[in-house]
Amino acid sequence: MVEAINLPIEDFQTALLQIDRIKAAEIFENIYKKKGNFETLEHMTVEALERIGVGWEDDQLSLSQVYMGGVICEELIEKYMPKCGSSYKKKPKIAIAVLQDHHALGKRIVYSVLRAGGYDLIDFGQGLSVEEIVEKTIEAELDILLISTLMLPSALKVKNVVESLRKKGSSVKVVVGGAPFRLDSSMWQKVNADADGKNGTEVKKIIEKLTEGGQ
Amino acid sequence: MNSMARVMTALNYKEPDRVPLFLNLTITGAKELEMSIKDYYSNADNVVKGQLLMKNKYSNDMVTSFLYSAAEIEAWGGEVAFYEDGPPNSGEPFIKKIEDIYKMEIPNINNTAGLLKGLEIIKKLKKIVNEDTPIIGAVTAPYSLPVMQMGFGKYLELIYFRKDEFNQLMKINEEFCVAWANAQLKAGATAISYANPLASPSIVERDTYISTGFEVAKRTIARIRGPVATNLASGIALPVIKDLMKTGTKAIAVSAKDDIDEAKRIANKDVAIIGNLNAIDMTNWDRERTRKEVKKLIQKAAKGGGFILSDNHGEIPWQVSEDVLLEIAETVKEYGTYPIKAEV
Repeated sequence: MVEAINLPIEDFQTALLQIDRIKAAEIFENIYKKKGNFETLEHMTVEALERIGVGWEDDQLSLSQVYMGGVICEELIEKYMPKCGSSYKKKPKIAIAVLQDHHALGKRIVYSVLRAGGYDLIDFGQGLSVEEIVEKTIEAELDILLISTLMLPSALKVKNVVESLRKKGSSVKVVVGGAPFRLDSSMWQKVNADADGKNGTEVKKIIEKLTEGGQ
Repeated sequence: MNSMARVMTALNYKEPDRVPLFLNLTITGAKELEMSIKDYYSNADNVVKGQLLMKNKYSNDMVTSFLYSAAEIEAWGGEVAFYEDGPPNSGEPFIKKIEDIYKMEIPNINNTAGLLKGLEIIKKLKKIVNEDTPIIGAVTAPYSLPVMQMGFGKYLELIYFRKDEFNQLMKINEEFCVAWANAQLKAGATAISYANPLASPSIVERDTYISTGFEVAKRTIARIRGPVATNLASGIALPVIKDLMKTGTKAIAVSAKDDIDEAKRIANKDVAIIGNLNAIDMTNWDRERTRKEVKKLIQKAAKGGGFILSDNHGEIPWQVSEDVLLEIAETVKEYGTYPIKAEV
């Protein structure tokens, strides 16, 4: 059971926004010493990242803060997970990829947030073609495929990924994200994706919904 | 009034004959000439022909020598990937280790085919448009170029934790940027578009920008021997407009998310405001929607000059239809003629 009441979520969030790795680690260690369970640490992390994600949506915070916050949380979770005797969730089987271009920041943010939330996921990499993503998805027998894009042509190519996957009999759920989907809120439907994840914590919620509450 | 007079009048916060229109048409030239984007960019004459054709067809008040951002990356030895329906993009980042920054040398513009092509385009355009139409050159800001040079994640480590390496990279990027901008001005460019998306609080928070990229922009723009317009490539500008004004920029392109009224108010007639049609959303527009958006923008921002109507991103996507572009031009002529009539 997570006792959220006395968690220093705000202090932790501030440390993340100031890119203060030392302060964030101190807060983590204090909570670990007091509570000793992984769920509490995970709860604090997910809460702080969610608030940061909302701050970005509201144009109050920068993409850099979202990214660095995610990276710091991922590092801490990786350190404390074994200490607490906990491990990453193996299901659903998820992978993330950047279609066509080499701008991998969005992918890294979502990767970090999901890892910080206890999800194990495969990183397919960036600069991948439609065919490469389809092949990797089929081979890995994924339940959920996360596709990040920066450029408009790449975002539109998601449609080809979905078509090809369906032709090959895959029922993998495709969740998209990235600048073109932010600037055109209906684009995810046009490319036949299953959902549009505006930030890391939203992707986490989508995954929970797609898997009916998580596994 | 020709395009040059129209733009210059607007930049000085006076009302010209009509609202100046800057349609950032780049890859669209390939569509107009019915060739692939790769073929289009293979020859300076194609781009010159495309720019002139689009200037007339869409009543554009500028021509541009801008090819694609990744052309600068070619100068540093990086790769460029071409696509059939979008701008060429930089390949894998070429700075693999942060320590490699100390081994980097400033590229020689005269040894880079892509940049020489840009200069050739400017010279050829200049011969034809002379002083009648502004020729807009372009650079990527030294502060934003590392996203393509080393990848965003690694660059953020540099910004936040590796001050020495950050300063070293800025030093060489500044030299390159100044040389490239001045070469374009010398070839005949009227002004330089300074693409600096990382100055936007959408990407880097203001405090960090002020302690890092702000000084870079001040130093760089001071050494560019011609007018500079800053664009943040869709990122919000409002919270940093006052800061950008201190960099020496003469105009600021704002985001579709920015309130353009407020931008003009903050600019206080010291810099002109460019913007801010949503270029991505534009791919969904029909003629009716286009007319509505352009009319609304003119009503909000045109009064008193100091405004150039444009997209928010710096490039019209391939997927935007000819109809939409024609409708933008027609609406600007119909509703953007000064004095602007209040909407009834």
